[in-house]
Amino acid sequence: MSRLTDANIAIAYEIIGRYPRPKSALIPILHLAQEQDGYVAQDAMKHIAELVGVTPAEVFGTASFYEMFKFEPVGKYLLNICGTMSCALMGAEELMHHAEKRLGIKAGSTTPDGLITLEHAECQAACTEAPCLQVNYRYRFKMTPGELDTLIDDLAAGKLTDEIPAHGVLATVRQRIPAERGVGAVAPEKVNESPQWLDGKPAL
Amino acid sequence: MTSTYAHAPGFVAGDRPKIVTSRFEFSDSYTIERYLATNGYAGLRAALAQPATSVHDEVKNATVLGRGGAGFPAGTKWGLTPQEVWPRYLVVNGDESEPGTYKDRLLMERDPHQLIEGCLIACYSAGLSRCFLYIRGEMALAQERVATALNEAYAAGYVGKNILGSKFSVDIVLHWGAGAYVVGEETALIESLEGNRGMPRLKPPFFPAANGLYGQPTIVNNVETLANLPWLLCNGSEAYTAIGTKTSPGTRMVAVSGHVKRPGVFEIINGVTTFRDLLYGEEFCGGIRNDNQLKAFVPGGGSAPWFTPDQLDLPFEASQVGPAGSMLGSGAIMVMDHTTDIPAAALTLTRFYAHESCGKCTPCREGGTWLERILTRVVEGTGTDADLDQLIEVGSSICPGDFPHASNADLGLAAVPFPYKMTTICFVGPSAYAPVHSALTLFRSEFEARVTTRKRIPVTAVANSTAGYAS
Repeated sequence: MSRLTDANIAIAYEIIGRYPRPKSALIPILHLAQEQDGYVAQDAMKHIAELVGVTPAEVFGTASFYEMFKFEPVGKYLLNICGTMSCALMGAEELMHHAEKRLGIKAGSTTPDGLITLEHAECQAACTEAPCLQVNYRYRFKMTPGELDTLIDDLAAGKLTDEIPAHGVLATVRQRIPAERGVGAVAPEKVNESPQWLDGKPAL
Repeated sequence: MTSTYAHAPGFVAGDRPKIVTSRFEFSDSYTIERYLATNGYAGLRAALAQPATSVHDEVKNATVLGRGGAGFPAGTKWGLTPQEVWPRYLVVNGDESEPGTYKDRLLMERDPHQLIEGCLIACYSAGLSRCFLYIRGEMALAQERVATALNEAYAAGYVGKNILGSKFSVDIVLHWGAGAYVVGEETALIESLEGNRGMPRLKPPFFPAANGLYGQPTIVNNVETLANLPWLLCNGSEAYTAIGTKTSPGTRMVAVSGHVKRPGVFEIINGVTTFRDLLYGEEFCGGIRNDNQLKAFVPGGGSAPWFTPDQLDLPFEASQVGPAGSMLGSGAIMVMDHTTDIPAAALTLTRFYAHESCGKCTPCREGGTWLERILTRVVEGTGTDADLDQLIEVGSSICPGDFPHASNADLGLAAVPFPYKMTTICFVGPSAYAPVHSALTLFRSEFEARVTTRKRIPVTAVANSTAGYAS
């Protein structure tokens, strides 16, 4: 696994076209690779390097900085339980202990059936709804151990496949800039003039 | 009268002026139909009807303070760009991840068009020819809502070439991250946007306004800051400054979480509302859970030094909170009641910052990790007395000299105002120390007891249980 498919190459070029410099498209295209395979495969990184015009090492250098990119397959569902202050104050530690006991694994590992990867996450910006968690980056708020059990049962029974897409899929809608409406990206060194709407006057 | 909405979890509306949350009551507030039906894009039309300089004057006159954490006035920030250097960029900071902060995600999920309109007004006024809207990687729904809104806005002629038939043309590009707290720092955000590891740049020379994205002048504004602009352009700076105080006009989004009866996100009147109002007021959180005693609270996100009940009557006003030894930061209050185990609570924050250190500056990379390790063994009951002094020593290598802390006359502590000295490029390093320093200076006896009793206690169990763990 796995270079980008033809359909994804087309999307990748569309994304690259929005930036004055191609390397800026790196993170969005890495997400595209993760969406395709569920993780960021080595061949995908080599392919992305070709598309963006950098070395594979640079691609891995950037990718390895960011927590969301996984370089090995993870479970079908990535369960991120927040453990930062607001959630911890409202019982996140207890929730994590319950999850570890229920799933029979420690945070950072995957259940033997490949269904769930459990992770300790940092603040997910839902602090008033503590304790919170994300399943493949979809929120669940004010979780109790009982609700966590129900969630795990539902995931195992395949009841949430419509609501929660596969790992790697973030937004299910992509930005599309119609050719006739877009201004287009120009390398900064090719622009010397003030924007047209300023009529040559200083902006500020 | 307060109202909550199932479609906006956590948000609590009250009988107060609404600048950025006026559409939250509608379950379809994120659609262009609802937006246009509720005065949407009227601020943009008002802006396009006047020269760019007068839009800038309006924003300057309104003193719209940055809502990301530093509180720098947006109009002044725009004015720092050097003359006659083109192109200039706008980068929208939607990488909300400061512990306790929950507002930008709501604004992006519930009213994406308002943000887009704010971006357009900023670009028009400051001559910014391209806008990058950077949304935190983990926020799938926000990315989806903003992508949909941008597609709608392009189709309707509000974004792109010759907006509304004028000479004003700008692309707004949705960009999304992949999980790194430090990317919320503006120069790290720019690095990340260039496709690099998200590590902050040295300032000087890399002040974004002069030398930012691709080395060009770049304005980095927070989501909430830009969301204020459509209302401002529709209603004028006089109406804006009529709300709040002279130095902190308008409203602010504030999230109160932790041990209160009704945690929530509120749009409050800036500079007037006090912490006591927020924690105890019936229209806000309604008091501490189970009518417990308040022990301490974090007034402005995980990086902020803590306050005790002594500071409850301070208003939400930077010029008063700063001298008292903390900051308003990103509008995030975390409340701890008397059942809270202070060392364990401090550890949850220090662990966060140690984990999120990008590794560029040694004091943060090494010091943050050591703070976490030492504090962990204290919390787990295997620490020693020497560990407590060691925590201060490690912290002092990140922030030498006086570190700000909540003033507490009983303990003989006088507050040291910001900014303090630091040996790191950005605030992640000092932020790892802030909770340790606050907890240790304000509640040292709890640490000492922990060292003596050698017992692991949970941060605070949901129902005040004192059960320990087998592990």
